[in-house]
Amino acid sequence: MKLTLKIWRQKNAQDKGGIVDYPIDGIEPDMSFLEMLDVLNEQLINKGDEPVAFDHDCREGICGMCSLFINGEAHGPDRGVTTCQLHMRMFKDGDTIFIEPFRAKAFPVIKDLVVDRSSFERIQHAGGFISVNTSGNTIDANTIPINKHDADKSFDAAACIGCGACVATCKNSSAMLFVSAKVSQYALLPQGKVEAVDRVLNMVHQMDAEGFGNCTNTGACEVECPKGISLENIARMNREYLAASLKG
Amino acid sequence: MAQSALLNASILKKVAMALSGLFLISFLALHVSLNLISIFSERVFNEASHFMGYNPLIQYFMQPVLAFGVIFHFVFGFVLTLQNKNARPIAYAKYNGAANASWTSRNMIISGSVILAFLVLHFYDFWFPEVNYKYVVGNLPDANRYFGELVHKFHDPIRTGLYCVSFVLLGFHLWHGFGSSLQSMGMHNKYSRFLSKVGYGFAIVVPALFVIIALFHHFNN
Repeated sequence: MKLTLKIWRQKNAQDKGGIVDYPIDGIEPDMSFLEMLDVLNEQLINKGDEPVAFDHDCREGICGMCSLFINGEAHGPDRGVTTCQLHMRMFKDGDTIFIEPFRAKAFPVIKDLVVDRSSFERIQHAGGFISVNTSGNTIDANTIPINKHDADKSFDAAACIGCGACVATCKNSSAMLFVSAKVSQYALLPQGKVEAVDRVLNMVHQMDAEGFGNCTNTGACEVECPKGISLENIARMNREYLAASLKG
Repeated sequence: MAQSALLNASILKKVAMALSGLFLISFLALHVSLNLISIFSERVFNEASHFMGYNPLIQYFMQPVLAFGVIFHFVFGFVLTLQNKNARPIAYAKYNGAANASWTSRNMIISGSVILAFLVLHFYDFWFPEVNYKYVVGNLPDANRYFGELVHKFHDPIRTGLYCVSFVLLGFHLWHGFGSSLQSMGMHNKYSRFLSKVGYGFAIVVPALFVIIALFHHFNN
């Protein structure tokens, strides 16, 4: 395949950055998108140019490290996959492909296609946990009966890998899908109910403090989420937040 | 959590937009019902309009509440849109919004702005003359004038066309707004799908009835 890549290049966080064109040839349809970028980087290094910086880790679709906004969509045109699981067969010979970093005020660009997603970590630190006594008297979680329906819903929410595709794709740069998944995975379980009020108030407060936008329920986040996190979680978080506001 | 943080919370803003939107939706249902009478009976329409125009509860309580609801929904909508724009200071070179969200959901500010422009025209046509009639000139109540005033406004094809286009945009706004309001208030259960369909039906039927009423009076009088 012969392609034209239009890639966002930015030397550092202070640099203004811009789109640079890279013609590339010899791309196999069975290559992953990141392998295609590896080929480009090899060519750039051989020419003595700076390779394109991009995030990646497991390359198995489970870590949430890879990002990229490809041809106007988070993780590219395929559904239910991260960028590392996107393959070049989704494109045609002669295509022009725009490759940009996830864009949001709360996800500042560090270099090229690498963004700082530590705002998600700070939201997690604000309440995305349960407090358990680990002094030796810990009760085995399996001794607490949990409704199967709730357990399944909690597990579905816990499938969120925190990649940030929801923020990247949302026209408002809202992080509601991510935060709601993290709130829901605990809100549905008995272990999470003890700190439920503080959790949702603190996590939403941190989300707002990070500068994410407001959700307008377009549903784009659910469509682009590689793990299929449902909008149902946002509704649950809204309920949790309203109830917590009245209590707290 | 600090009181200011609670008041600025994104979720409470969503709920405020949802509640004001649902309030305006209920008003639309009332408005279209009253207007529909004009197709069937000039006398009953005049009586109903006169009641709405001179009932103290409606004039001095419901009307100010409605005005507050309208202003709040529009001002808050524009404020939230500006905040959301600021959440992404650098735009994408290529953004394929149509790939994952409907036009109506992505362009509420456009449909809302058209509705706002329509409201200015609507106030110019009906509300300002009404205020002038009752409070500036100080005319005595005339229970038979309403139908004639309505028909007169729809004589002009350009005005009738503008009204019809605005009603279509109102339909687009309602198409997303109804279901979105329920989601914002945390509703997502076995009734949600049914209520969403009710919302889609409302978004089609109510604007369509407004269009039919406008065209009926344009072509029949």
